[in-house]
Amino acid sequence: MSEAVNQHTEVSYLEYKGRFKGLFAWIFSTDHKRIGLLYLYSMLVLFSVAALLGLAMKIELIAPGKTIMDAQTYNSFFTLHGITMIFLIVVPGLPAVFGNFFLPIMIGAKDVAFPKLNLLSWWIYIIGAFIALSAQFIGDGPPDTGWTFYAPYSFRTGTNMLPAVTGAFVLGFSSIATGINFIVTIHRMRAPGMTWMKMPLFPWALYGTSWIQVLATPIVGVTLLMIVLERTMQIGFFDPALGGDPILYQHLFWIYSHPAVYIMILPAMGVISEIIPTFARKTIFGYKAIVVSTLAIAFVGYFVWGHHMFTSGMSGTALYTFSILTFFVAIPSAIKIFNWVATLHKASIDIQTPFLWALCFLFVFMVGGLSGMVLGALSTNVHLHDTAFVVAHFHFIVFGGTGYAFFGAIHYWYPKMFGKMYDKSWANIGLAIFFTGFNILYLPMFYLGMTGMPRRYYDYVDEFHGPNIVSSLGALLMISGLIIIITNLVRSAKHGEPAVADPWKGKTLEWTVASPPSLENFEEIPTVTKHPYGYE
Amino acid sequence: MNDHQVHIDEHRDDEGAKTGMWIFIFTELLLFGGLFIAYSVYRYLNPLAFHLAAEELDTTLGTINTVILLVSSMTIAMSISAIQYKNKKLTLILMGVTLLLALAFMVNKYFEWSGKISHGIYPGSMTLQEASRGELLFFGLYYAMTGLHALHIVIGMAFIGYVMHLVVKNEVQHDNFVILENSGLYWHLVDLIWIFLFPLFYLIT
Repeated sequence: MSEAVNQHTEVSYLEYKGRFKGLFAWIFSTDHKRIGLLYLYSMLVLFSVAALLGLAMKIELIAPGKTIMDAQTYNSFFTLHGITMIFLIVVPGLPAVFGNFFLPIMIGAKDVAFPKLNLLSWWIYIIGAFIALSAQFIGDGPPDTGWTFYAPYSFRTGTNMLPAVTGAFVLGFSSIATGINFIVTIHRMRAPGMTWMKMPLFPWALYGTSWIQVLATPIVGVTLLMIVLERTMQIGFFDPALGGDPILYQHLFWIYSHPAVYIMILPAMGVISEIIPTFARKTIFGYKAIVVSTLAIAFVGYFVWGHHMFTSGMSGTALYTFSILTFFVAIPSAIKIFNWVATLHKASIDIQTPFLWALCFLFVFMVGGLSGMVLGALSTNVHLHDTAFVVAHFHFIVFGGTGYAFFGAIHYWYPKMFGKMYDKSWANIGLAIFFTGFNILYLPMFYLGMTGMPRRYYDYVDEFHGPNIVSSLGALLMISGLIIIITNLVRSAKHGEPAVADPWKGKTLEWTVASPPSLENFEEIPTVTKHPYGYE
Repeated sequence: MNDHQVHIDEHRDDEGAKTGMWIFIFTELLLFGGLFIAYSVYRYLNPLAFHLAAEELDTTLGTINTVILLVSSMTIAMSISAIQYKNKKLTLILMGVTLLLALAFMVNKYFEWSGKISHGIYPGSMTLQEASRGELLFFGLYYAMTGLHALHIVIGMAFIGYVMHLVVKNEVQHDNFVILENSGLYWHLVDLIWIFLFPLFYLIT
């Protein structure tokens, strides 16, 4: 199975000539692989901008008082940073880029179930991005509510909220369309012989993710719509002066936005579940446990939204319930960690860049997860609510989780996507600098939060100066690492060595086709007989 | 173009298309679900005001619209049977009747809304500013929910209109009518949501 038998017969998807030429051959292509790359390029641009905004905020915080920007600019920076990173990168990220590219190949299909809908969802994504970002340039100044758009401030602020909220609403449709597409693809288009329990774990993770996308996104859609109606037509859903209840906004918002963090992390776990067995040269330990825990996370994740609102004045019963459920949802995540580590036990490990990314993921994900326990406990939460501790936890779990998995995935699948191999030593150097900078940046924020520094402030008292300097220098180091990583990847797409079909000796179906794959992936749909990680 | 087995452009999976439509309908229900939650929370907090405000609504108009939508759901379902009996003309007539009924619903809605607005009952009006907060919320929810529903009627009409065009061009036929079935499913969804809106706003007073 591992030889690329069809390598010479078919032209690759990158060179395929369709109806359109040039740019149009990409932006009107219904090929799932080209759409995956469209998402990748769009996100690369947006990510660079949002990362630089983050850097600017850290530079502002290098000293107390005004350093490079005033309070209002800082407010709009963290809002834009949050909106871009959450709604445009982390939520759609892994499914839209790697899900689109690899889901059909990994289950032995020629494309997703609805290729046109797939292209449409990229267009909706781009339109949503333009609407959301237009808030920066038109109207009465950039939004300053933070990415959560909390009521009542989100309709009291004089800034230009409407495009930001509408943009997030539009992006929801893109998310839903991708979710529906993937669910139907997985149900209907698996290759003959690929039973549910023979499906690789990345498609499994995408399956769980897609259900969350489909079932949670409409709630935030209608909630954002209510904010729009509140601002345009004075319907007082959340305005106490008009009879509404601002806490209801928080409930509705987090009913979506908490499951959304599982939209972010489940595909990341799926990526790690692919990388680890490939480089450990071993079947993954406890395949079924990982599948079940994926579904358990998707399910229990719906019932923990209240832990974002421990200080909002809910009843005692509600507090206890949400807190205990939050601890429950940590169990399936821990099961996965144990499975990954057990897979490494007594394995003959081939240490390569993607594997190093996976190892770093394990470390930062555990720091993020355990600090999440601190926040999930009621008494500590009251102390740490709205401090820098939350920011540190969030970045460890979201940037550390999804971000590391994203870079792990791109280093893992890069040879398959572009047919070229990147420079491995530069990739490793970049990772080392990035990982060091990452920890120097976010670890001090745990300490800062513990000692009481609030989040979302552009200024602080002198006691916090020391750790903030360390943190800001870490940000500079991390950005340098990022520049090395991205430059290496961009450069290698042109100058890299040609890649073979299976550079990592992986066993899943994507390694049986040519690098880069042909337009239809498989000349003949394969018949699956073995377990996806068939190492002896 | 190569000529091997199933080309991706020719891929057709009616079962898959219907599965996709059902999941989409699920998302639509959840979209309204958020508003239903808001409705139930505020009804619980303001029972008396909701009772008084609901008396303002015209039950007759609401009942007529309910009947209109139920009948239109029947006609679109009949059109799906008609296409399977290869009766193109009847299919088009039944779809046309569905569109006319949808239009009648919208006309009714127009009169209902303009009646309310002429009485000064609309979001941000002077009359409502003097009313209690509960009544304010009731009418806010009334306009938001029936408005969003009316928007779905318009989308459904466009969808059915597009499928009619496909039937005329013989692209939807007795052995390939899944898009007609999907437009029917969508129309039933629009109907179903109204079945909930009608008692919540017009009947429970």
